[in-house]
Amino acid sequence: MSVELESKFKQVEEYIDSLNLEGKDKVTKRSYLIHVLHKAQEIIGYLPIEVQKIIAKKLDVHASDVYGVVTFYNFFSMKPKGKYPINVCLGTACYVRGSGEILEEFKKQLGIKENETTGDGLFSIHAVRCVGACGLAPVVMIGDEVHGRLTTKDVKRLIKEYREKDK
Amino acid sequence: MDRSVLEGDPHSVIEGMAIAAYAIGANQGYVYIRAEYPLAVKRLKNAINQAKEYGLLGENIFGTNFSFDLEIRLGAGAFVCGEETALLASIEGYRGEPRTKPPFPANKGLWGKPTIINNVETFANIAPIMLRGAKWFRSLGTEKSPGTKVFALAGKVNNVGLVEVPMGTTLREVIFDIGGGIRDNKKFKAVQTGGPSGGCIPAEYLDTPIDFDTLTALGSMMGSGGMIVMDENTCMPDVAKFYLEFSVEESCGKCTPCRIGNVRLLETLDKITSGRATMEDLERMKILGKTIKDSALCGLGQTSPNPILSTMYYFKDEYEAHVLDKTCPAGVCKNLITYKIDKDKCVGCTACARVCPVEAISGSIKNPHEIDQEVCIKCGACYATCRFGAIEKI
Ligand code: SF4
Ligand code: FES
Repeated sequence: MSVELESKFKQVEEYIDSLNLEGKDKVTKRSYLIHVLHKAQEIIGYLPIEVQKIIAKKLDVHASDVYGVVTFYNFFSMKPKGKYPINVCLGTACYVRGSGEILEEFKKQLGIKENETTGDGLFSIHAVRCVGACGLAPVVMIGDEVHGRLTTKDVKRLIKEYREKDK
Repeated sequence: MDRSVLEGDPHSVIEGMAIAAYAIGANQGYVYIRAEYPLAVKRLKNAINQAKEYGLLGENIFGTNFSFDLEIRLGAGAFVCGEETALLASIEGYRGEPRTKPPFPANKGLWGKPTIINNVETFANIAPIMLRGAKWFRSLGTEKSPGTKVFALAGKVNNVGLVEVPMGTTLREVIFDIGGGIRDNKKFKAVQTGGPSGGCIPAEYLDTPIDFDTLTALGSMMGSGGMIVMDENTCMPDVAKFYLEFSVEESCGKCTPCRIGNVRLLETLDKITSGRATMEDLERMKILGKTIKDSALCGLGQTSPNPILSTMYYFKDEYEAHVLDKTCPAGVCKNLITYKIDKDKCVGCTACARVCPVEAISGSIKNPHEIDQEVCIKCGACYATCRFGAIEKI
């Protein structure tokens, strides 16, 4: 395990300690599970099995239960995402304005499938639900940035823009 | 829509919740928000802190012996957590799977204690009603559905966004007056209301006044207040498939009708949109859809067949065209369309031949081109490129 990852695991542990759950009952501890998973994903970027085990131990929940929760919710990911995750909105408003084609175009241009990451680790493609910017449909979020009113023609340009940004 | 209330006026929700808590004698409240709405979370947190500072939340509010505190709980991208018992499970830290009712949450809710659950919009309505009285509220809207409703208008209309109208406003007023009509002067085809499991309502019913009952009677629902407008270029079986894919993905998998039934429906729709279905498939789909509606455990499963059943009812011809004639009247379903070059319009500019990814187009410069149907993958690149309108989609 890399040193960097290990220090991140430490941060997660420290965060759980800061919640002062020591000595609280099982039910209360359990109710913090999703909250802690959010925090851990924020710190590490994804939720590897190792961190799930740490959380399980700290919150007095079985590791398989933690895994069950992680895999149930779409927001949690067990795989690292690209540096610039490309989230194509497939909510209804975006879909009727052609976001499905935009998703296909991204896949074609980058040569990867949904939930895969490019070899250089720069991009990963994900389909998401309405991101609440329907007025700009079709919408693609790259990292935290929202790009709206796109057509398939914008796809190449966007990829290029982010490639350049990284240089 | 709830997102904008939480972002724009979080105090209205806090106040509504505090009043509701006072009414039922609760001391602890939770707000469950999608993690995808970080700004709403931030603003609500701020607002809760402010309310605590002013003594509007916390111990002995206004010096009375009533105490009430609020906590935020984040969702994690599971649509089914909109179902109340699933939401409770999620707050408790479990997979968001619904359970059978009764017992209803009002009897046995969060951690087995009596709990009431309401939507953001409902709570935001409480303070104005208390201030101005029920009579005022009842003066808006219709007899059975008083007040106003916020719709998220989207799709092929000119003005998209949130619209608040009194209940009883007609669909036409919302779509054509407020929404400014259909984009690019296309023809209106249908409006889908109520989120992913609402139904599609055709043009004949545009003058229906909207309230909870009328929408249900039309095979749709009020649901989340989503309103998606579709124009003549929308293929109804394809739309139904889109919605069903959503339900299949979001089904929690706890009960069989929803987990397996919806997958079967989706397979049938796939057969339809790719031209492999028979009339028996249509009949079977209808029966299965009704069965799922009757037997699924929670609201998600009970409403998931709505888009199919309503489009099959209102747009029967379109389904039959896919099944009997193997055509897609709206020109959407790839397997059922053909691109052809109109010899009289083609000037032989070669633009189409150059964009075709599979080199299906042949012809020499300044002479009409031709598409080899065997090779064509129906990507539509030539159609989008031709500046002379010489490529037809049939
Ligand atoms: S209807 Fe679907 S979402 Fe609801 S409990 Fe059954 S499987 Fe889960
Ligand atoms: S549907 Fe894409 S932002 Fe709402």
